[in-house]
Amino acid sequence: MIDSKIDILKIRKDFPILNREVNGKPLVYFDNAATSQTPQQVIDVIVDYYENYNANIHRGVHSLSQEATDAYENAREKIRNHFNIAHAHEVIFTSGTTHGINLVANGFTGLLKKGDEILVSAMEHHSNIVPWQMLCERTGAVLRIIPMNREGELIMEVFHDMLSEKVKLVFCNHISNALGTINPIKEIIDAAHKVGAAVLVDGAQAAPHIKADLQDLDVDFYTVSAHKMCGPTGIGMLYGKSEWLKTLPPYQGGGEMIAEVTFEKTTYADLPHKFEAGTPNVCGGIAFGAALDYMNAIGFEQIAAYENELLQYATSELMKIEGLVIYGTAKEKTSVISFNIKGIHPYDIGTILDKLGIAVRTGHHCAQPIMDFYQIPGTVRASLSFYNTHEEIDKLVAAVEKARNMLL
Amino acid sequence: MNIAEIQEEIVDEFSMFDDWMQRYEYMIELGKSLPLIQEQYKTENNIIKGCQSKVWVHAELEDDKLVFTADSDAIITKGIIAILIRAFSHQRPQDIIDADTEFIDEIGLKEHLSPTRANGLVSMIKQLKLYAIAYQTQLN
Repeated sequence: MIDSKIDILKIRKDFPILNREVNGKPLVYFDNAATSQTPQQVIDVIVDYYENYNANIHRGVHSLSQEATDAYENAREKIRNHFNIAHAHEVIFTSGTTHGINLVANGFTGLLKKGDEILVSAMEHHSNIVPWQMLCERTGAVLRIIPMNREGELIMEVFHDMLSEKVKLVFCNHISNALGTINPIKEIIDAAHKVGAAVLVDGAQAAPHIKADLQDLDVDFYTVSAHKMCGPTGIGMLYGKSEWLKTLPPYQGGGEMIAEVTFEKTTYADLPHKFEAGTPNVCGGIAFGAALDYMNAIGFEQIAAYENELLQYATSELMKIEGLVIYGTAKEKTSVISFNIKGIHPYDIGTILDKLGIAVRTGHHCAQPIMDFYQIPGTVRASLSFYNTHEEIDKLVAAVEKARNMLL
Repeated sequence: MNIAEIQEEIVDEFSMFDDWMQRYEYMIELGKSLPLIQEQYKTENNIIKGCQSKVWVHAELEDDKLVFTADSDAIITKGIIAILIRAFSHQRPQDIIDADTEFIDEIGLKEHLSPTRANGLVSMIKQLKLYAIAYQTQLN
């Protein structure tokens, strides 16, 4: 592991929101797995777009439209480069991860038949469960669950046993939003391909921490949201291998996605436009590119090393609190700490932390099956980012102790 | 005491505290004196939707007054429902329907009044009033 050489004071100056107060206390933002904060560099790009070259793209002959189109396509190129994707047309702009998953699930409707199997991991976000349940209802395919152990790791022996020629699709998140587990997706992809199954990886939680090389992973689909990685909400990316994207039918009809329209027949546009019906989130796409520039300038290795340092520190400090239990103790995990204190409802802790200016998530984190697995109503989740500090962790620990004293 | 008088009494009690911590601690104390719902009424039907924690409420008519019992698995939520029940229990359904709830703001719990707040204080008030409407219909 490399030493983190993060200039934390300089980085924090990039995020104007970190200067604000909540309930009279300086904001401590530990809800990064829900959404990350936005640096000034990205905010400036958004403002610049609306002040100087806001236009509809891909169709205007005028200069503004051309400038906006160039900037938008330039962002697609940045995304292609960042994830080491072979072709820019394999990068589909979406509204976010959920949109990407639904696009693929919808596209497989005509490709599955009764008795086919779909495997999904036990630690999925609802957005990576419900679309597949709906797909199964439409096609008669069967959804099977790859189980996990108490540490929050997938039981890979069982996964390998579940694979057969019947399995057509495998879905798994790269990193669990509720537990922080980094899943062995390379092993999953390779094994699934041996039986001819396609693999979709939900990269929403991984993208802020890990620079995934999608060609090396050989994954069929990979989907992310910009707002988890310093970009704005409402924009994301679905990667699909060319052959898959050509096979799948369009998800939505509209402008932009057509080649020729008559009332008798419409022919669809080439990739990626086939999947980008209507006026896209132009500003969002451009800002997504700017967010990648921002994070890459700091460096993902530096970010990962620093976040790991924060994770180790926070874990050992929180563990000193009597009765505190951490859920998700996988050997490979990112800076997400899901915890409870024995005898206290997570909602109560979250409420007190909020009064102390500390933002955490409480509840089931859109992953009810995980909560059922541990037989708990939910957890308190502190998710740390590269702009957080050791001092903020000290504040969190002190606040959790205060909450414990009030609530027990 | 009528609802307005009880609410005034609660506002008076909370006005003694200087900061939010004391108010929350008092609310937690009030939660401990909540008239508890009988186990048999802790059913899915009696759970108030819209709360991150579980809240069960049961209502019964005693003569012409409505009596509430409740429970929650979260202690702050238990305090909130206890305050509401103290204001509304043993009152005539029509008075519960007509009652306003501005005292919540006055005791410094305004932040819980947002309809999007996950604790569902708004849902709780709505549910208590729905019970009142149902029993008022029955009385008519």
